[in-house]
Amino acid sequence: MSAGPQSPPRVGPPLWLLLELTYRCPLHCVFCYNPTELADIGAELATADWIRVLREARALGAVQLGLSGGEPLMREDLETLVAEAHALGYYINLITSGVGMTEARIGALKRAGLDHIQLSFQDSTREMNDFLSSTRTFELKARVAALIRRYDYPMVLNVVLHRLNIDHVGEILDMAESLGAQYVELANTQYYGWAWLNRAQLLPSRAQLARAEAATQRFRERVGGRIQVYFVVPDYFETRPKACMNGLGSVFLGIAPDGTALPCHAARMLPGLDLPNVREQDVSGIWYRSAAFNRFRGEAWMKEPCRSCPERSKDHGGCRCQAYLLTGDPASADPVCELSPHHDRVVAAVAEAERVPAARPAPLVFRDHRISIAVETARSAARRPF
Amino acid sequence: MSELAGTARPVIPRGLKLQWEAAQQAQVLLYPEGMVQLNGSAGAILSRCDGARTLAQIVADLEQCYGATGLKEEVTAFVALALERGWLELRE
Repeated sequence: MSAGPQSPPRVGPPLWLLLELTYRCPLHCVFCYNPTELADIGAELATADWIRVLREARALGAVQLGLSGGEPLMREDLETLVAEAHALGYYINLITSGVGMTEARIGALKRAGLDHIQLSFQDSTREMNDFLSSTRTFELKARVAALIRRYDYPMVLNVVLHRLNIDHVGEILDMAESLGAQYVELANTQYYGWAWLNRAQLLPSRAQLARAEAATQRFRERVGGRIQVYFVVPDYFETRPKACMNGLGSVFLGIAPDGTALPCHAARMLPGLDLPNVREQDVSGIWYRSAAFNRFRGEAWMKEPCRSCPERSKDHGGCRCQAYLLTGDPASADPVCELSPHHDRVVAAVAEAERVPAARPAPLVFRDHRISIAVETARSAARRPF
Repeated sequence: MSELAGTARPVIPRGLKLQWEAAQQAQVLLYPEGMVQLNGSAGAILSRCDGARTLAQIVADLEQCYGATGLKEEVTAFVALALERGWLELRE
């Protein structure tokens, strides 16, 4: 029988632990989900702190470990952390742009017990890859892909899609095949952080999306089971929201470079959420007892139309961050849902994407520490009462 | 898909890991950025897929361990599903 909205949630372990080891990154991607206020965020955790987090989370049952950032290769202790995680029994995923990867390091990571490397590409062409990440990295990535293969890691290529590269999906998949990828994630941009600032320039048109899905289907039919392709549809085009994080506080625990514990990658933006920090509290206390991790557990926090919706236990009301960005209230229904009273805002953004020409005059905002300060200053100024 | 022969030697592909998770009270199969929680029989079958034993040997071993007979059909069906999902591959 379905439980009523007041029944207390049963809390399982944080099965998926993501350590964002650093916000430092040599790239400046326009679709980065890292917080735009990243220049204000404090000192990174020390090696010993990360090791304590690994131990405490593993004791609770965490088993899938993501090491990301920023660019995790910027941390010189990455090999030490991987060795510790391996000894603890984690399955270890390194999520990297490849910048900073050398043969010496990939060999050391293999010996330390790294299980898998997810390499991100920005596009299939050097020009677009370099433009979108504001660097010259394409050839480097192709070299890293060859190293991944030589050192016998499963190879997952991740390409973030948006209106400037989505028409290249066929070429992107051909490139993935020639690089020896076993899995390809074509992840449409999610609009948080830097991507939110650039949404008008990044949201594809419906026709672009349909062409990309058709190209993906043709590729799947050609390669069969040899390469698995995941195509993540941009949720603005949906009529029901994604079950974001399977519900906040359900399986995902993220730790930001400064030790802030996050129930989702983007949760730092949510107002009134007093996020705990691993410098002050152990992982068990954070996961099971902190107000922030309990805030959106279960269904008692929901408002209408979610509160009485028969689909509430399936999609958990969608994404809290998207609800906040689009409505100003993190407890409202994700406006992607056509039942949301704010769904027109998503419809309007999609309609705008249909109207504008592919090349837009508005400049893209590249993720950058300097710009981070400028963006935040402009926003604080706008908030200040006169 | 062709019939799975008793001489087939299934193995967990490189990069995937099968392990017991006390917190879940289950065997789990770990792969890049994902995990499958296995029920008792699925765990028992996968833990025998070492690339050395044939499907027929795995069936015989399970029948002996669990004091059962006639497991061939169930085991073969699961191995076929696992091959399709990429949880197993056949050793040449």
